[in-house]
Amino acid sequence: MSNVQLFRTGDTPLPDVIILAHKLTREYDMGSELVRALRGVSVQIQQNEYVAVMGPSGSGKSTLMNLIGCLDTPTSGEYWLNGQKVSDLADDELARIRNKEIGFVFQTFNLLPRANALHNVELPLIYAGMSARGRRERAAHALQRVGLGDRMDHKPNELSGGQRQRVAIARALVNEPSILLADEPTGNLDSTTSTEIMGVFAELHRQGQTVVMVTHEQDIAANAARVITLRDGLVATDQARAA
Amino acid sequence: MPFFEALRLALHTLRTQKLKSGFSLLGVFVGVTSLIGSCSIANGVNRYMTEKFAQTIFGVNTFQLRRRPVFTPNVPDSVWRAWQRRPRIRFSDAKAITEGLTVPVITAWQSSDNVSVTFGNKEARDIELTAASERYFEIRNLRIATGRPFTAQENRSGVPVAVLGDAVAKRLFVDRPPLGHNVRIGGIPYRVVGVVEHQGSLMGFPLDRFVVVPALSPAQNLVNPPGILDAFFVKAGSAGEMHEAMEQAEGIMRSRRHLRPQQDNNFVLDTSEGVQRFWAGINRILMTVMPGVVVVSLVIGGIVIMNIMLMAVAERTREIGLRKSLGARRRDILRQFLAESTTIATVGAAFGIIAGIGLTILINAVSPLPASVSPASVVVAVIMGTGVGVLAGVYPATRAARLDPIAALRQE
Ligand SMILES: Nc1ncnc2c1ncn2[C@@H]1O[C@H](COP(=O)(O)OP(=O)(O)OP(=O)(O)O)[C@@H](O)[C@H]1O
Ligand SMILES: [Mg+2]
Repeated sequence: MSNVQLFRTGDTPLPDVIILAHKLTREYDMGSELVRALRGVSVQIQQNEYVAVMGPSGSGKSTLMNLIGCLDTPTSGEYWLNGQKVSDLADDELARIRNKEIGFVFQTFNLLPRANALHNVELPLIYAGMSARGRRERAAHALQRVGLGDRMDHKPNELSGGQRQRVAIARALVNEPSILLADEPTGNLDSTTSTEIMGVFAELHRQGQTVVMVTHEQDIAANAARVITLRDGLVATDQARAA
Repeated sequence: MPFFEALRLALHTLRTQKLKSGFSLLGVFVGVTSLIGSCSIANGVNRYMTEKFAQTIFGVNTFQLRRRPVFTPNVPDSVWRAWQRRPRIRFSDAKAITEGLTVPVITAWQSSDNVSVTFGNKEARDIELTAASERYFEIRNLRIATGRPFTAQENRSGVPVAVLGDAVAKRLFVDRPPLGHNVRIGGIPYRVVGVVEHQGSLMGFPLDRFVVVPALSPAQNLVNPPGILDAFFVKAGSAGEMHEAMEQAEGIMRSRRHLRPQQDNNFVLDTSEGVQRFWAGINRILMTVMPGVVVVSLVIGGIVIMNIMLMAVAERTREIGLRKSLGARRRDILRQFLAESTTIATVGAAFGIIAGIGLTILINAVSPLPASVSPASVVVAVIMGTGVGVLAGVYPATRAARLDPIAALRQE
């Protein structure tokens, strides 16, 4: 990419770079052996990009997503999100960033089973300290955006897999995050439903949302404009796809 | 997450997991119920003793001159023997006091023993025969249901007339009014002039099995040797006057018995205070034992809640991970679980308070104790119940708050 900065330790990222990972490593000390899940990953992602992350099982995709999503901190390296260096922030600050900047969509939906769709989508807003009224409006709006305006008071077990994932997407969107992260969002869905969900992501991207998605499947990755491939904890390829 | 949200969430969890929550609030429930209940009972016993019991046995603002106290719990043999060696109270003592007192009082003589009373072929056994003077009814608050008490004139002249207790009248006169008939007391015919109102019972003892006759009537020989009294009753208009009268009576008795200043009284001036002191002692025991029961059940309640909360944290690890991934801080998770344990305990305490009040109402209905809920016990119950919830929640909530979001999310 033309405007990618050659980043060195001590630099600050350019303004339109939302994600800047510099030589990120993540090691797990398993006692007998040291598992090196990431061995120095450097990636820059700009505003309104749609990026797919691919690679064989165990290559470190989820580990990277967790670092990008501020659910985890790197063993070494720098991570900048939206111009802020987050790789050495404390627990509570990371929680605030997860709440405000990041929308996470999981393979297994992770909805609260006893709460209805609306309440599930409201959750991030509760931790943002928003009033009950404002929350309901925002959550309802997010559900409408993913086409579930008429399912707000359904519990997860009253919804299809695709609908559940839409609820999860609405929840990820409700705080208007800088990036939408999805770790194999169609991994638990059949192909028709997967296509539907991909349609939702495509629409969100068209509306200006930055999306990073992990997938195993070539035709799912085909939705993205750029594909990063990991192998053994390193970036193997990083290619823009011909539109 | 604001406190109100945590509370709402806690209530929601409680509602959706009724059985588990019900079980977990049992300990606090029992603790609080026993706290409220025991305080109510203690209150009731206290009032029963100070009001009903004391008034029934002694009368208000009344003291009795006796050889030994009326109420003698746990007295060692040596003391008892010393009491038995004391001189008895004589008619002349009563007369001297009546003349010597400067405080306005009413007085009565009293001697009692158990006898049989017959009418025709009917017999009432084990009846307390009381030979008393005419003000006895007033002092003991015995109201006449039918007929009249005997008069001062009848008392002075020793006329053989009798006032029956309710149970005696019912036993002997099944099908006719007793007034005017002659009953036999120790073989002596006595004309019935009155029947006393139904008195009920006191701690299981029937209060209606008695006959009262004039102190100087022929049956006096059945209750005491000539010239001897069991008790001399003095009733004053107020507590202050009663104490004044007691001091005067004590002085009169000491001089009559030629007691030197260093010698103890060889008689007692007994009041309801003695009984009340004894019950205050019992109450103190109750008040030291019951807190133990309360504390034990609250501790058990706390341990149960803590375990339930630990289970909840384990079961809801994924939920905790999810909430953290959505931006919940440690203190949010901490607050959520603390609110839950506190809500469980507080709801348990609330039910306990309701049950305690119910228990109090039940005791009032089925027993003679005038039990009443003490407001202080409710306040203590609320504070302790809530406190137990907070304490029991701290450890599980801390564990929940410390969970690593990724590890928590990965859990099945
Ligand atoms: N908590 C952990 N403790 C120890 N090792 C871990 C942990 N998490 C991940 N790993 C290891 O790190 C490596 C990368 O794992 P990661 O989950 O990132 O792979 P992935 O690319 O997402 O694989 P998949 O496609 O199967 O989801 C693997 O070898 C894995 O065993
Ligand atoms: Mg993975």
